[in-house]
Amino acid sequence: MNLYDLTAHQLLSLIKDKKTTVQAMVDSILSRAKSVNDKTHAFVRFHDPLLSDGTCPIPIGIKDNICIQGKLATCASKILNGFHAPYDAAVIEKIKGRGGVILGSLNMDEFAFGSSTETSAYGVTRNPWDLKRVPGGSSGGSAASVAAGQTVWALGSDTGGSIRQPASFCGIVGMKPTYGRVSRYGLIAFGSSLDQIGPLTKDVTDSALLLNIIAGFDQRDSTSVNKPVPDYTKALRRDVKGLRIGIPKEYFIDGIQPEVLKAVREAIEVLKKEGAVIKESSLPHTEYAVATYYIVATAEASSNLARFDGVQYGLRALPEKTRKTTLVDMYETTREKGFGDEAKRRIMLGTYVLSSGYYDAYYLRGQKVRTLIKQDFDKAFEECDAIICPTAPTTAFKIGEKSNDPLSMYLSDIFTIPANLAGIPGISIPCGFDANKLPIGLQIMTRAFDEETLLHVAYTYEQSTAWHLERAKL
Amino acid sequence: MITKDNVNYIAALARLHVSEAEADRFAKDLEGILHYVEKLNKVDVSFVKPTSHVLDVENVFREDIVSPSLLNEDALRSAVDKHHGFYKVPKVIE
Repeated sequence: MNLYDLTAHQLLSLIKDKKTTVQAMVDSILSRAKSVNDKTHAFVRFHDPLLSDGTCPIPIGIKDNICIQGKLATCASKILNGFHAPYDAAVIEKIKGRGGVILGSLNMDEFAFGSSTETSAYGVTRNPWDLKRVPGGSSGGSAASVAAGQTVWALGSDTGGSIRQPASFCGIVGMKPTYGRVSRYGLIAFGSSLDQIGPLTKDVTDSALLLNIIAGFDQRDSTSVNKPVPDYTKALRRDVKGLRIGIPKEYFIDGIQPEVLKAVREAIEVLKKEGAVIKESSLPHTEYAVATYYIVATAEASSNLARFDGVQYGLRALPEKTRKTTLVDMYETTREKGFGDEAKRRIMLGTYVLSSGYYDAYYLRGQKVRTLIKQDFDKAFEECDAIICPTAPTTAFKIGEKSNDPLSMYLSDIFTIPANLAGIPGISIPCGFDANKLPIGLQIMTRAFDEETLLHVAYTYEQSTAWHLERAKL
Repeated sequence: MITKDNVNYIAALARLHVSEAEADRFAKDLEGILHYVEKLNKVDVSFVKPTSHVLDVENVFREDIVSPSLLNEDALRSAVDKHHGFYKVPKVIE
């Protein structure tokens, strides 16, 4: 096996046993990253990796919406062309503090608006399992880079499934922690009540290791929560005897690819054999989650993106006309030239649902249905400790297949959106392949701040199967 | 029904210039998405409180003490046009 196929915990023990060095590991992975990037287009730019002393010198790629001091941070949008981050995001400080080796910035849907990485101003990222297919999104570069061995770890952000759905499409592990578990300081905001940074890794052990580094209270993010952070590696036990796992009937519906349903049902059997108590459960408002999300998330996005106006960040464009240009002309032209189609669509939808006369009918109603969706989970977790279901209704689709149909693209996040609306943690882990050898993901969700049970169930399933050992051939 | 005029009105609120062709396309897209979200009208929300924040957290306060912040030159580094430590924009007042 090549070094770039290994996990962080394997690499750290090789280094400890003096079978390789940090320098040799970084060289091997960086050379892999650069040699296959013309195939995957996962990285949008490489940084000169700095080696420093630290207990966790693991190569990591960073989604292009997380600020690294002095480096470009563009959210894969033309409007941030030339914007250099003036400070490190909280998660970057933590990674640097542990000696993490930052390899570069990773492609994404523009401003994380999308489920396929096709809306990037830099061009599409390709799925390492089949280069004709999307890697999922919006953290498509993060998922593809880990699956292709271009990095050991990646950070992504998840507003409606943007870590878990690409992890599912690329056959890796992706976790969205509880809202408030990881500081959002230095994450360029999309939907502030939904966004959360999380790890994308090759296995569950690495997910726990990376969460250990990035989790924790930060007073610069007033929504981060001041709760003690446990050592998540202690949750890596293969033992689910007596643990109650709920199967929500609303997540096993018509329209799901049959191979996905079959793989998830087999995964349920595996956990049952390991001693888990499997119970039917119900989340009755599931069918309203996508509609609620596209009101709440676009409303927040339209407000967050108001700051990109040609004054402070990168791009400024002026109208082509002779009369004097006003400030408003400059705003409107900068935003016309700087934003792509999907960003414009979401800004307008968000502006509409917040506008006078429509606020109550759309935004306020959306926030109320959000309450009902959250209450569904509260009720379900009275009877079970974890919920499992498919991460996405299908495996990776073809590039271009859904790009002209926004609604059909939105529906690919149908099973991941509820966790963001309810603020709870969710993880996607590999649970099989379809007939085209495309990965299938299993999603686990638990109560808020119970990432330990999340990792515990994920680890038990992973250790009972071999899916996580498969690597894409490039 | 979302018309081209609606799109132009929303675009103006959002400080976004849209071309004629874009206005046609966005009218169709927004119409489709809004039609989909109308399914929320089926839900009885008469006694439901809206959620703006998912966790039971109270207001967050911090001590009011002076601490280091961004340097002027760092904050202005990515600005397109600047003058003596300020952002420079097209004239606002005649």
